[in-house]
Amino acid sequence: MATDHPNSSKTIKVNYLTRVEGEGGLYVRTEDGNVREVKLDIFEPPRFFEAFLRGRHFQEVPDITARICGICPVAYQMSAVHALEAALGVTPGPEIRMLRRLLYCAEWIESHALHIYLLQAPDFLGYESAVSLARDHPREVERGLRLKKIGNQLLEILGGRATHPVSVCVGGFYKVPRRKALEELRGELLWGLEAAQETLKWVSTFSFPSFTADYEFVSVSHPEEYPMNERRVVSSAGLDIDPAEFEQVFLEEHMAHSTALHSVRADRETSYLVGPLARINLNFAKLSPQAQAAARSCGVAWPCRNPFMGIVARAVELVHAYEEALTILETYQEPAASRVEFKVRAGEGCAATEAPRGTLYHRYRINDQGLVEAAKIVPPTSQNLRRMEDDLRALLPGVLNRSEAAIVQVCENLIRCYDPCISCSTHFLKLRIDRG
Amino acid sequence: MAPEERPKLAVFKFASCDGCQLALLSLEDELLSLADEVEIAYFLEARSQTQPGPYDVSLVEGSVTTSEDIERIRRVREESKYLITIGACATTGGIQALRNWKDVGEFVRAVYATPEYIHTLEQSTPISSHVAVDFELNGCPINKFQLLEVLTALLHGSTPHLPCHSVCMECKRRGTVCVMVAQGLPCLGPLTQSGCGALCPAYNRACYGCFGPMESPNPDSFASRLLKDGVQRAELVRMLRGFTGYAKAFRSATDKWEKAA
Repeated sequence: MATDHPNSSKTIKVNYLTRVEGEGGLYVRTEDGNVREVKLDIFEPPRFFEAFLRGRHFQEVPDITARICGICPVAYQMSAVHALEAALGVTPGPEIRMLRRLLYCAEWIESHALHIYLLQAPDFLGYESAVSLARDHPREVERGLRLKKIGNQLLEILGGRATHPVSVCVGGFYKVPRRKALEELRGELLWGLEAAQETLKWVSTFSFPSFTADYEFVSVSHPEEYPMNERRVVSSAGLDIDPAEFEQVFLEEHMAHSTALHSVRADRETSYLVGPLARINLNFAKLSPQAQAAARSCGVAWPCRNPFMGIVARAVELVHAYEEALTILETYQEPAASRVEFKVRAGEGCAATEAPRGTLYHRYRINDQGLVEAAKIVPPTSQNLRRMEDDLRALLPGVLNRSEAAIVQVCENLIRCYDPCISCSTHFLKLRIDRG
Repeated sequence: MAPEERPKLAVFKFASCDGCQLALLSLEDELLSLADEVEIAYFLEARSQTQPGPYDVSLVEGSVTTSEDIERIRRVREESKYLITIGACATTGGIQALRNWKDVGEFVRAVYATPEYIHTLEQSTPISSHVAVDFELNGCPINKFQLLEVLTALLHGSTPHLPCHSVCMECKRRGTVCVMVAQGLPCLGPLTQSGCGALCPAYNRACYGCFGPMESPNPDSFASRLLKDGVQRAELVRMLRGFTGYAKAFRSATDKWEKAA
């Protein structure tokens, strides 16, 4: 962190953003109280997934792409699976689809509980970490840890382990869970649904900076379901496309200060927002009954344009994920076959699904041997990077008269609201403010 | 324990997915008591407050892929009493070490529109290629209970005890029918160190080696069996060149097979 005279020009630097996944920083330069430059520095070293996926067998792809992100591996597995199934012309049956949604519920639970309790709640309550928060608010932190643990337990039943589960394959699952194994978690899921409601009440009492922005919200959309793993991509500006058109509509740009690419709308180079706020704003009517009722009564007016309230949106989705998991459990019957048979053929396919932190797009081209010829991955955080910079540019003028530490705090809080996953965006954060 | 007497724990990240440091946060039942036993002095993903070294135990996640990271790992070593690598990236170079057999320049051009903005090393290397490592924890991801075992042992001044036998032993122990024998699946279990609980065979699929080579693997014997079953040499090479492909035993075997092909 560095600063000089507040009235002339100023630089604010945050060398390492904390309580985010992966590594990046922030650089801000102001002159005479005007914000001249805002850059999210992404120095997470690139790992080149799209390059080394070439030549791998399609059935290896979900296991490899899981390793892009240790917090949301399921989203990376499943986007790959859906894209490859599109390439191969494979359509698994309704039981498999339902189990896949259960897998998403499990990951949303684990990831949202982690973000709400361990990464972001400390910001709103004035603590530097959940460990410090736990000294004064042990009941809440313990509730968060148990909420998170239940997500992980569900992942373990479905996929063997919480990080990089092993059950997912193109065509279905290597093995489907026994009904009895899932039944044993029912008590915990029921507790979780109540605790998720408590979570929503708790985060709704936080005091949020009054800041709104004119967002274009983007998310996956499905006619009957809350968006998780299919089907179209829609926006608040009237966009409604098949994922096959994704790369024509959204463009990735490469900035000098970033190993992460920045996404914009191709036609007008404007930023857009993906994630829980976007999902709820665009799909409110498809939230589960309890989530919808809770969202209505939590004191937030929807659609919500305040990014700081992302934590409320995440808590609404936590309720949804627990409720939907219980609904799936109600009707689950072990399918006769864990996966569908299909013939390998050359082809190209793409898919957009909803990772906990936003829309995730994959495209693959495979040859007749089933080997990958081309791969393209657009993670949620790189889609939000430009929007984060836009928000910081809009937020900063209103806070520049504050102390250096206070500016840094509000900027970091805003960045954390996006639940950025820098490891996965590596094609992502330090704060540096340069007041000239 | 009084705060000032607690050993200082640090967590550092290099090229990785964050999944192994997440193991600490996934110790939901133990996290708060662990935080009483040790001072979490540097852990960017979990705390905003950081303390300068020296540290008693440093956990290092990720592989070395930039020249800045070579400098950084040296500084970490200087500040650390015990340096423990956590996971396949830190211990073997990770999945990103697949570049080590390719032209990284071409990789940069394939992924980034403006290649000159990207600075990266030609190879992704394990931490032990650069500094002395006191203990290596395998797995992609690590097993959180193994991490707890290692931390507990170090805090009590004893040696961590982790099994070094193959995944096959774990399959026998949990009563999983051998997928290689019964289904003819090309399973890396015989070559791979245990620690995952033999998950993949229990999920009706072949082990893909994410815990890396066991202490004394025999890749050639494994290869001759699979070649007899009609597996192509190129497939064999691809199988071992996965999440731990740059580990010495897998690297030397695949380099040899590739030459023979």
